[in-house]
Amino acid sequence: MVKEEQELANRPDNTAFTQQRLPAWQPMLSAGIVIPGFVLIGLAFIGIGVALFVTSRSIQVLELDYTGVGQNSPCYKCTYPNVSNCVCDLDFSIDSLFKGTVFFYYGLSNYFQNFRKYGVSKDDVQLSGDLTNFKSPSDTCSPYVYDSNNQPIVPCGSIANSMFNDTFQLFQKINGTKTLVPFDGKGIAWWTDYNIKYRNPSVTPLKNAFNSTVKPIFWSKPAYDLDISDPANNGFINQNFLVWMRRAALPNFRKLYGRIDEGVYAQGLPAGNYSLAIAYNYPVLSFDGRKKVVFSNVSWMGGKNEFLGIAYLVIGSLCILMSIVMLIVYAKFKFPEED
Amino acid sequence: MTWRSPLALVRDALRGQRAREKDLRNLASNLPYEGLEKAKQPNCYFPGNAIKTTKYTLLLFIPMNLFEQFHRLANIYFVGLAILNFVPVVSAFQPGVALIPICVILSLTALKDALEDFRRYQSDRKLNNTPCFIYSRKEQQFIKRHWKDVRVGDFVKVVCNEIVPADLLLLHTSDPNGVCHIETSNLDGETNLKQRKMMSGVCISDPEFEPESFNSAVVCEKPNNNLNHFKCYVEKPNKEKVGAGIESLLLRGCTVRNTDHAVGFVVYAGHETKAMLNNKGPRYKRSKLERKLNTDVIFCVILLFTMCLIGALGHFLWLQALPGVPPYLVPDGNGHLDSPSLSGFYMFFTMIILLQILIPISLYVSIELVRIGQIFFITNDIDLHDEGTDSRVQCKALNITEDLGQIEYIFSDKTGTLTENKMVFRRCSIMGTEYAHKENAIRLAVLDVPVSEEEVILNQQPRPPRIGWSLDTEDSNPEDKWHHHDNRRKSKVTGNAQSDAAFSSLLEAEVIPDRKLLQQISRAESSSSSRNIDPYLDFFLGLAICNTVVVSMATARRQRVSGFSRSDQTSSPLDTLSSLVKKSGSLQHIFPSWQHKPKKNRTISEDSVEEEDHVKPPVKIEGSGDTNKLRTCSLHTPSQSAMTPDNLSYEAESPDEAALVYAAKAYGFTLLARTPECVTVRLPSGEDLVFEVLDTLTFDYNRKRMSVLVRHPITKEYVLYTKGADHAIMELLGTPYTEYLSGKQKNIAANTQHHLDCYAKEGLRTLCFTKKVVSDKAYESWSVNRQRALAAIDNREELVMDTAVQLETDLSLLGATGIEDRLQESVPETIMALREAGIQVWVLTGDKTETAVNIGYACRLLEEEDLVINMSCGNKFACTSMLDCTLEEVRRYSEDPRNVDTTQNISLVIDGRTLTMALSSDLQKRFVDLAKRCRTVLCCRVTPLQKSRVVTVVREQLNVMTLAVGDGANDVSMIQAANVGIGISGQEGMQAVMASDFAISRFKHLKKLLLVHGHWCYTRLANMLIYFFYKNVAYVNLLFWHQFLCGFSGSAMIDYWLMIFFNLFFTSVPPIMFGIMDKDVSAEMLLGVPELYRTGQGAGEYTFTTFWISMLDAFYQSLVCFFIPYLAYRDSDIDVFTFGTPLNTISFFTILLHLSIEIKAWTVVHWVIMLGSVALYFIVTLAYSAICVTCNPPSNPYWILQRQMADPMFYLLCIITTVVALLPRYMFHVLRNSIAPSPLVKARHLDRLDPSTRDQCMKEWRSFRGIAHVRPFRLSTPPSPTLETPVDIHPHSSATSDIMWDERHH
Repeated sequence: MVKEEQELANRPDNTAFTQQRLPAWQPMLSAGIVIPGFVLIGLAFIGIGVALFVTSRSIQVLELDYTGVGQNSPCYKCTYPNVSNCVCDLDFSIDSLFKGTVFFYYGLSNYFQNFRKYGVSKDDVQLSGDLTNFKSPSDTCSPYVYDSNNQPIVPCGSIANSMFNDTFQLFQKINGTKTLVPFDGKGIAWWTDYNIKYRNPSVTPLKNAFNSTVKPIFWSKPAYDLDISDPANNGFINQNFLVWMRRAALPNFRKLYGRIDEGVYAQGLPAGNYSLAIAYNYPVLSFDGRKKVVFSNVSWMGGKNEFLGIAYLVIGSLCILMSIVMLIVYAKFKFPEED
Repeated sequence: MTWRSPLALVRDALRGQRAREKDLRNLASNLPYEGLEKAKQPNCYFPGNAIKTTKYTLLLFIPMNLFEQFHRLANIYFVGLAILNFVPVVSAFQPGVALIPICVILSLTALKDALEDFRRYQSDRKLNNTPCFIYSRKEQQFIKRHWKDVRVGDFVKVVCNEIVPADLLLLHTSDPNGVCHIETSNLDGETNLKQRKMMSGVCISDPEFEPESFNSAVVCEKPNNNLNHFKCYVEKPNKEKVGAGIESLLLRGCTVRNTDHAVGFVVYAGHETKAMLNNKGPRYKRSKLERKLNTDVIFCVILLFTMCLIGALGHFLWLQALPGVPPYLVPDGNGHLDSPSLSGFYMFFTMIILLQILIPISLYVSIELVRIGQIFFITNDIDLHDEGTDSRVQCKALNITEDLGQIEYIFSDKTGTLTENKMVFRRCSIMGTEYAHKENAIRLAVLDVPVSEEEVILNQQPRPPRIGWSLDTEDSNPEDKWHHHDNRRKSKVTGNAQSDAAFSSLLEAEVIPDRKLLQQISRAESSSSSRNIDPYLDFFLGLAICNTVVVSMATARRQRVSGFSRSDQTSSPLDTLSSLVKKSGSLQHIFPSWQHKPKKNRTISEDSVEEEDHVKPPVKIEGSGDTNKLRTCSLHTPSQSAMTPDNLSYEAESPDEAALVYAAKAYGFTLLARTPECVTVRLPSGEDLVFEVLDTLTFDYNRKRMSVLVRHPITKEYVLYTKGADHAIMELLGTPYTEYLSGKQKNIAANTQHHLDCYAKEGLRTLCFTKKVVSDKAYESWSVNRQRALAAIDNREELVMDTAVQLETDLSLLGATGIEDRLQESVPETIMALREAGIQVWVLTGDKTETAVNIGYACRLLEEEDLVINMSCGNKFACTSMLDCTLEEVRRYSEDPRNVDTTQNISLVIDGRTLTMALSSDLQKRFVDLAKRCRTVLCCRVTPLQKSRVVTVVREQLNVMTLAVGDGANDVSMIQAANVGIGISGQEGMQAVMASDFAISRFKHLKKLLLVHGHWCYTRLANMLIYFFYKNVAYVNLLFWHQFLCGFSGSAMIDYWLMIFFNLFFTSVPPIMFGIMDKDVSAEMLLGVPELYRTGQGAGEYTFTTFWISMLDAFYQSLVCFFIPYLAYRDSDIDVFTFGTPLNTISFFTILLHLSIEIKAWTVVHWVIMLGSVALYFIVTLAYSAICVTCNPPSNPYWILQRQMADPMFYLLCIITTVVALLPRYMFHVLRNSIAPSPLVKARHLDRLDPSTRDQCMKEWRSFRGIAHVRPFRLSTPPSPTLETPVDIHPHSSATSDIMWDERHH
């Protein structure tokens, strides 16, 4: 017999793999088997849902629209054409303490930062501090590459050019006196953005790097002068600039402007009257846009988001319901072998 | 090389072209011109012997390969898209990046092609450098050169066991009779030795062969690929023409055997040789699934265009609705904005680029890979490996594996396919007297008893040299032999166990003579008066002489040298895998390409061969291997001389010839030697008669007979022995045999016919034997005609055949033989299983109706309780009316309320003549309609052409999947006509195998090939395709939904590289693995419950509905995958690509888990690949996001996934979205499996049980069905023919019975 085996040089290997007999797990999808799984998933989802929902409920949010569409709106005056350097005060009051660090956002609606041509209109190399691209920015920035005098624009491109330029100052009004509530504008952008991705050219002073370049057409100040108070927060690593450069995914978005975590406000915004002084510069009415500011505190799951909690609850309950349906199906159609 | 003008070059090229294209070629010896420059050579226009099967050259590889690849429409489409991306106004991505997928696909394919081509190059080189001997005038001898040096007009010497390097016209051999034995198994797989005659008289060959004396011109036809045909004549200087045919041609690739050396003149070299012209490479058929797939691809294109249109329209409307110019709208360089309509127009193209993945670019490559895997598993199935011949199943068509799972009709040949084609002599009738050979029948019956395992092992012990019980001496008497029964039986068993497929096994070799007949012969022997004219002696002489059997000695045991067949080169299984994808041919596609165990390299050195001859028993048991082995043993008994009958083995082209020679031998008429000139037969008296062979009129399908014309050594008469099919012989019978028998002649014919009919009823193959004495004058005049016909170049076949017909008249009947062709093992089981699987089995045979019907019952094609409709009619009118009333009858029967929902057990038997009428265009529809209602159709006496016609008609009229299976050359056309052609590598050579898509060695393998592999391949590929479409749509739609939120601007929120990776790496391997390895039901279940096969028939799993359901599911899932994250991130500060990352991840998980739901059996491989894909996704994405700081704008994915993975929201989102996306599909599966389980689901349930319970359940299942099939018959009585059919159309007892309700109740 052994000899015969040797002679059959052409005989396939008799292994589990070649003979397709590998031990296999064969899950059977049938009512009886999936019931425990459904119950478990259902319960787990309901648990997560409750936790998410409760957490989301505990987050306080205050949204104030300041576009100035209505005549009663305090910023209505700024929407006139030909108005420049318009400042409007938005008064509001908080009923109860805004707990913890309060995040201050500005929000835009109907603003398509995800527009394709808009999205590509920047020069990453320039923004990483490469001086050669200061002189000749990339074509992707078109048409915001050179100004009419053929001077290169730095930072070039549509995104930078359209940077949001409203500024805000928050005052708490206690007995008629306004106390400035300071915004902490540090660390509002991604750490990787201002440490790795975006770099200023290593030229001191920074201003010299921008010689023979011009600021973007819409900008009032050049890039090296964006933050007068903090020289380190200028150029391409200006936090507000970085926040703007990280394009929003959806047409209605908000962007972090600052945190309120200093001094007496470290524990939150106490109840009371406040006034927000807005330097109204950014035009949005041309595209039916809206501008708003948002105060919010955050939890482990980020900002307020009731949707996820509700979704978990609904799906969890659905799973439980399914398991009941399965139970009925199982009782009616079970296979004899499953006993 | 001297300088030549370009004009001369052109002129030469033209002249060469003309010389090659001419119908007749004039060749001359190269020797007088030796040493001259090439242009002066007489044969310089014909190609040399170096071959080049490579498709590409090194320099031109890239352009040629690209050109080749762009024949695929899909590739052009994708390149078009990539180019579109370079148009700035419509580009969706960075232009360069869009090229990546198509480049990857193209380069992968190119790499594969290059590797294949390199392998071809290597084997070409090896072949071209094989040594050979060419005559050189300078050296006055044959010198060693290489194959590539051989040119047309050279003289080449081939020594024993060497492979012929080019097509040679045989001029000289070492054999005194001027023959050369060759083995053509490299070409056609036929393992028997063939004789080639040398052309004599054109050269001085005494005492030494002198090529230089060759001064004639060889005129031969244009090269063609017909291996069995060659026309040429040699024109001597004195204008005398000598004709030569295939019998003088040594074909390239053949091996010289039993002949010390041979010298030939090269007529065709290199690519013009018949072997190379026959080498066409693998066949490419389009599978049914692929045809369907292509329509679905078109659906995808329509879908894509719709989506792009929506995008374009949306962009237009969105721009229109804008009240002003917002800051995010980027004007062009001049500060100018395009009008909304123009932007919308551009957007259409941008969308095409963006959503292009909807047309799955990697689909075709994936399908190819899946098929390679499937073929790997099919060819590696040990159950489909035949121990006897040591051959695996071969897949020759690489892209129709899945068609095996959808077969509805099987057309089978009978001989060699259903039966063994191992002929056993059973009975004979001589001069109208029947000799039943009862002992022989008993012996065969004993053999049928299954042999227990121990016995086989026991018999494997070295046994003593076989003492010839079967007539090694002439005083053979039956009693004597009977004593050896035990001994014989033992060796018989051994023989069977060792090799089932041994060609002339003991089964044929051993015939126990009939006592009565022996006495009759000895009586004839003793009466010296009638010695030379006794019909009994003549009958056996006819048996021994009238054939083409070659006698070979055991001492000349041949050793297979397999250098020519390249598949024998040491190659790893991996190489084989890649060789499967080959598109162009190299020789190895013709030859069995699955012998890939590294073999030790055999040198063609004669010494080692001879050594092996004696020491080792033959490695391959093939053609007469078994008998030879026994002979080898007997060699060691010193007393035996070379010429003892026991030392002989017969090699026949067809097994019945060998069976007849063995039968003659059993009666003492031993064929001792055969050369083209003479046949030596030893008579029972011990006397050796040497017959001079004057001519052999070979067998052909038109005449259905063959004859040998010999000169009797004693009477000096010219005697023609003819054998053939009874109907081909009976009409040629002429004058009575001899005077003293004159009165009986008519009786003899009638009696013999009666016996023949009996034989046919028993399922035996019948042959008639006749003799004719040709007068000297008649012979001479005929001989002149014959020579003329043979030398003719035009119409040679017809002329030769005409001469044959001229001679074969006025034959005198000697008798007839009945040869049994035993059913192959497990044929009835296989047919039962196939029928349960819903496949209709038709048998198309050239045999007689009675034989066919008998075999039909034996293999359970026809059942006892079946209604058998027998259709046989003489003219078209009868045929029409018969078809009509049968159809009416059958219709009425099936409409009978008692027969509703039952399979009608109606079978149709139809003969060739009737079939021709039934297949005529006006009756075709009716015939097909009738055949459709029959469970089985048996077509008898059909020609090869009719076979293919039947297949074509059924395939086209009923629009069904057909499979044809056969083993002989007469099945080739049928095999090619069917959707799937299967060749059985049996006894009749390899022509069927070479034409086939799959080649198996036994009919029973069909069961597993179809029921298991067919089912698996189909379900796997179908599910894989559906999944593939789903996958692409589900993923691409994420981008589509995003368009609604980005102003239809064509922006993507997923990094483009990740999108490419997603399709090329992260989600590409699992579906391929799924397509190769998924196993919905175990092989045991599929074999045990053939009914499961029905799922694949007709529409199967891959239908319009399943396709669109999965499309809808893809839409649903993409909606969920997009909008749940959207709702969760609404109004937040999320940025574009941070939003895209969870989408990508969710989609990845959804797509993988979707596959997990579809995977039916998880093996280690599944786990590794699935978990590997997940790991790959995270590793690659994390690495990419860690490295890519400013690369690939605008996405800059730097640190995005890292940040996301630090956020619990990411995980919560992934979990719920995936669950919501998959819940409907999961629920659908669960509910369907619970409420309305398909048979497959039930089978899977049974699969989980332990084997004994499972077998029990399987039996119950089958028997339940079985009863359902049979019962209705008991309920209703079958229609009686006397009821309505007019009597005049079907006279019952008439020989040409038109219609017969053959109702059998036993």
